[in-house]
Amino acid sequence: MATEKINMPQLGESVTEGTISSWLVGAGDKVNKYDPIAEVMTDKVNAEVPSSFSGTIKELVAQEGDTVRVGNLMCYIDTKGESSGGESQASDQTGKEHNTSAVKDEDNAAERSMKKRYSPAVMKLAQENDIDLQQVEGSGRGGRITRKDIEKLIASNDKPAAPKSETEDEQLSASDHQAQKGDVEIPVTGVRKAIAQNMVKSTQEIPHAWMAVEADVTDLVRYRNIVKEEFKQNEGYSLTFFAFFVKAVAQALKEFPQLNSTWAGDKIIQHKNINLSIAVAKDNELFVPVIKNADEKSIKGVARDINDLAIRARSGKLTSEDMQGGTFTVNNTGSFGSVQSMGVINHPQAAILQVESIVKRPVIINDMFAARDMVNLCLSLDHRVLDGLIVGQFLARLKEIVENTNADTTSIY
Amino acid sequence: MPVMSYIQAVTVALREEMQRDEKVFILGEDIGKKGGVFGATKGLHDEFGDYRVLDTPLAESAIAGVGIGAAMYGMRPVAEMQFADFIMPAINQIISEAAKMRYRSNNDWNVPMTIRAPYGGGVHGALYHSQSVEAIFANQPGLKIVMPSTPYDVKGLLKASIRDNDPVLFFEHKRAYRLLKSDVPENDYVLPIGKADVKREGSDVTVITYGLSVHFALQAAEKLGEEGIDTHILDLRTVYPLDQNAIIDAAQKTGKVLLVTEDNKEGSIIGEVAAIIAENCLFDLDSPIQRLAGPDIPAMPFSPALEKYFMMNPDKVEKAIRELAEF
Repeated sequence: MATEKINMPQLGESVTEGTISSWLVGAGDKVNKYDPIAEVMTDKVNAEVPSSFSGTIKELVAQEGDTVRVGNLMCYIDTKGESSGGESQASDQTGKEHNTSAVKDEDNAAERSMKKRYSPAVMKLAQENDIDLQQVEGSGRGGRITRKDIEKLIASNDKPAAPKSETEDEQLSASDHQAQKGDVEIPVTGVRKAIAQNMVKSTQEIPHAWMAVEADVTDLVRYRNIVKEEFKQNEGYSLTFFAFFVKAVAQALKEFPQLNSTWAGDKIIQHKNINLSIAVAKDNELFVPVIKNADEKSIKGVARDINDLAIRARSGKLTSEDMQGGTFTVNNTGSFGSVQSMGVINHPQAAILQVESIVKRPVIINDMFAARDMVNLCLSLDHRVLDGLIVGQFLARLKEIVENTNADTTSIY
Repeated sequence: MPVMSYIQAVTVALREEMQRDEKVFILGEDIGKKGGVFGATKGLHDEFGDYRVLDTPLAESAIAGVGIGAAMYGMRPVAEMQFADFIMPAINQIISEAAKMRYRSNNDWNVPMTIRAPYGGGVHGALYHSQSVEAIFANQPGLKIVMPSTPYDVKGLLKASIRDNDPVLFFEHKRAYRLLKSDVPENDYVLPIGKADVKREGSDVTVITYGLSVHFALQAAEKLGEEGIDTHILDLRTVYPLDQNAIIDAAQKTGKVLLVTEDNKEGSIIGEVAAIIAENCLFDLDSPIQRLAGPDIPAMPFSPALEKYFMMNPDKVEKAIRELAEF
């Protein structure tokens, strides 16, 4: 055994110090060389600090939140001597004392590492008896909670109760919701149930705020109407207005990645990929398949994805792969004739944009009335992640893009 | 109640069955005048004569084949393979004929034959006198494989095997022959084939095993008991078909299961036991199912040091139980 120091590494040129945002290990944890031991934030990067040695963490010197200069001490680690490896392979014939001492070393090294590894038996007993495993002391190797530990607790009647889960469905009293004669009762199952749960989760968890802008898309409408016949002939599917809006959103998100993110409790995760969920309705079901990397696709590419996903949604052929990974949702409410709506955010995304109906309306331009194609773009935002300023800028940029979409500025291909 | 060795229990069971039912006869190499190489049939030739105690040529295929033919004609032959290792030439007879006769004749014919064979190592027997061969036969519906661990079980199970109306392979651990002694009742009793037996009640770790390894487990458990580690031991007794309910109960009892065999690890009986537990006991398990077995090496070596390394012993079992108890 030897005690070594692990110092703050040089995490980039001209970086002189780093702030420990979180320790990934604690005293007593066993680590291998190159295992990450801490997350460190510098003014340039957020990075994981790898261990320089294999061994057991002895003491964390720097605390979370501390700023440590490059080269200064972060923690101490006990490195294993070469001999211990040999010991553990000792054959049965070697003395018993020898063996037990090796086992004890192992134990100390592992200490609490098994604390949160629960066997199926332990999980089952804890659930059946409402036991909070966090509060149970384990007697197994590495602090593991054994089945016997739980059985003893149950027998002793001194079990730490698990907190009541929040998911207890709205306990509706039966009398409030009794069907009258002639009413039809529709059991809630499958997709309907999933939608209901997601909506409840989103509205309960996310503080929603709303904002809308009005955009003049006369040029866009004209452009699309000119090319649409030819496009359909060449490509075999329609070039919808929606494709233009999806593409514009992807472009604006690239410039405002704050909206392309997720609230994760103690941090906000800003996503690199721009994967746009689109809502596709089928009878009384609603699917939100995903256009992956929408920012990398042309308007034609987006149109093809929309067409493809919509067809598969309506024929029930979407895979779960198709629905995963969305980072922002664009909803084509205009297709129902809606001119204004407040969308519920697609949890755990940070915002949803509703593209409303394009309607011809009199608008004053240069003090003269003009008949223009107008559209409302309504956005719901997660107020934990976003504020009005950023969202306002995003919407202004989106408006700018769609208002300047015409044959001269924008290519379909 | 008389104390008897494992091999004496074999002789007693044979004698009592031959006295009880004159259709029972025994055949094998050197079993007559010599009384068998281990002495399992000692005195039977004198008592029952040439027609019920047959010395055969060195041809295991013929021993099995003659037995099958006689059994189909209503006799109850008990064939001895001098060593389980020598059963190989008889495999075609046993698997293709004996095991399948009832099924293929649509229940018209059956083979009430018992084949006894000493198996197992630890006697400096090297390659041809140390093998465990049970796994070869353990996926042949129609066969039963009985492997008792105590003199008491030997008598009760050998009688049951002889009275069974289908072929039974009865494997006796040759090291157990004179090593193990216990009380054996003088009365006529049979033990059920296909039923495992709890040899020790415990609450910390379950050991499931069979044959001589049951004793190693009992010895280890005794020692660990002094440290407060409480071991539950299930003796399979019949290794094919397995007593699934007993296996499931034993595994559920502690949630920590050690499976022990003297056979090579891969493809052994205990792999099937592990599968039964995995299929039925997921939510009772508190540790990975552990297998303790011989190494995957073609034969038990003659070199004493290497034989010791290969062979199961109480220390190995003790170490494995302790590992699980501490997990």
